Amino acid sequence: MRRVLLYTALIVGALLALFPMIWMVSASLMPMGEASAYPPRVLPSRVTFEHYGELFTRLNLGRYLFNSALISFTVTVISLAVNSMAGYAFAKLRFRGRDRLFRVLAAGLVLPVQVAMLPLFLLMKQLGLINSYWGVIIPGLASIFGIFLIRQYAQSIPDDMLDAARIDGASELRIYRSVVLPGILPILATLAIWTFLATWNDFMWPLIVLSDEAHYTLPVALANLVGEHVQDTELMMAGSVLTILPVMLVFLFLQRYYIQGVMAGSVKG
Amino acid sequence: MTAGVRPGRMPGEGTNAAWLFLAPALVLIGVFFFVPVAASLLLSLTDFDIYAVASAENTRFVGLRNYGQLVKSPLFWSSLKNTFYFALVGGPLTIAVSLGAALLVNAKLVRWKSLLRTIYFTPFVTTLVAVAIVWRYLYHTRYGLLNYGLQTLGVAPVDWLGDPRWAMPAIILMAVWKNFGYNMLIFIAGLQSIPDELYDAAKVDGAGAVRQFVSVTLPMLGPTLLFVGVITMIGYFQLFAEPYVMTQGGPLRSTTSVVLLMYEEGFRWWRLGYAAAIAFVLFLVILLATLVQLRLQRQRL
Repeated sequence: MRRVLLYTALIVGALLALFPMIWMVSASLMPMGEASAYPPRVLPSRVTFEHYGELFTRLNLGRYLFNSALISFTVTVISLAVNSMAGYAFAKLRFRGRDRLFRVLAAGLVLPVQVAMLPLFLLMKQLGLINSYWGVIIPGLASIFGIFLIRQYAQSIPDDMLDAARIDGASELRIYRSVVLPGILPILATLAIWTFLATWNDFMWPLIVLSDEAHYTLPVALANLVGEHVQDTELMMAGSVLTILPVMLVFLFLQRYYIQGVMAGSVKG
Repeated sequence: MTAGVRPGRMPGEGTNAAWLFLAPALVLIGVFFFVPVAASLLLSLTDFDIYAVASAENTRFVGLRNYGQLVKSPLFWSSLKNTFYFALVGGPLTIAVSLGAALLVNAKLVRWKSLLRTIYFTPFVTTLVAVAIVWRYLYHTRYGLLNYGLQTLGVAPVDWLGDPRWAMPAIILMAVWKNFGYNMLIFIAGLQSIPDELYDAAKVDGAGAVRQFVSVTLPMLGPTLLFVGVITMIGYFQLFAEPYVMTQGGPLRSTTSVVLLMYEEGFRWWRLGYAAAIAFVLFLVILLATLVQLRLQRQRL
């Protein structure tokens, strides 16, 4: 009896969690007007891909898909290098003021990013980076959270291993490349997925720094489209599917690493 | 770096190398985060506006005038009220749902744990803007499935996003759906770290399921609850994309959050000095909320 109740609750919960996304996919495949009819339909009367076609032909969604992919990929690759170098230095290299510096950085975690955005906009304007990919990319290239995560993991690399490499005459860069990076590979995977998804899903900063459609990321383009096409439910749902699908695939295939990130982040507090 | 190689160095001697490894991150975080945060405070003491955007010479130091204006602005107070509404109702609700889901998924009887965990976690991974649009349609007064479902239960249609009383609850409901999976994962990890012996001992003492939850589970989850509480609150005080996409801050400004107001003042009307004052208030609110939670938790432990 308890088991039946438990499973009923779990299945109802799972349906509630998935329903908005199921309806999104279903509505994106409905013929025009069917998603705003009464009584509302859950499944399409016939399946059509015309809205997806329209997104790519008339509404230039391929361009935004490309922008989002390019920005997310660049941020992920560069920030992995930047954060892993810093995290490793904080974990394993000794230098004066290390712990104090780290505490200053950690204190930065309390500062909401929005507080930085107004002056950051003016700075980007000075640098001529408004309305450019780099304007979106640069603020994401180093993250305090990323450095935290790497530092925590890198502390488990045995000092003996690093010293052995030093005694063999390896340069510090060489040690980083051939001892440290392989040692922290799992956390790099975790951080890579986190960074990619966070950059892909980010909205406020790209909205601020991008004003010209040619550079829009998918979320910015979508928020803009819903203004003009709010009546075209099926079209908007197709756009939403295309925005969510890439992150969903990345998550489903690499969820083991992603979920480890949640745990690692929480242990630290 | 390669030139400085001597055999037999000890780890303490890597000072120069350390700074080279740190430099990119420190420069980026310094220039593009810490300096702007500090500049934000200065900006809030100026009358920086659209003329100053064109030429910075058109800006003057005005002391606390922006803050004086803020205190007198009804819109600011209502945005603060809306943000607290969202955080203080939505935050605890999200945490309660997360904990409930964690307890269900973690129950001994349950199989397919990892599949269920993945399903519950999925909304968290989705793109906020996209799902906000999806929910906008689900909330539609006439064609939305939510009202249709309620109607079959005999509830009259609600104008979810068009009624000032319902718009914020609607946004909260969506936020709970979107975010509970993340906290759930953290709670599951917390639950799994509670030793079985504690439950066994409670059972021997004749404690039922509810009693076990109150006397064993909740106290043992203390630190996890604190962590989840703090990050959920910090996140919720930054409410922006949901009202931007679903209601544009309306109806009657009932969903205008502090961050949305900052965005509008700063980037729609280009009153950057005034917007910086709003940003600084946001910072203070988040700092205070964090400190209060830390204090509360310490008292209870």
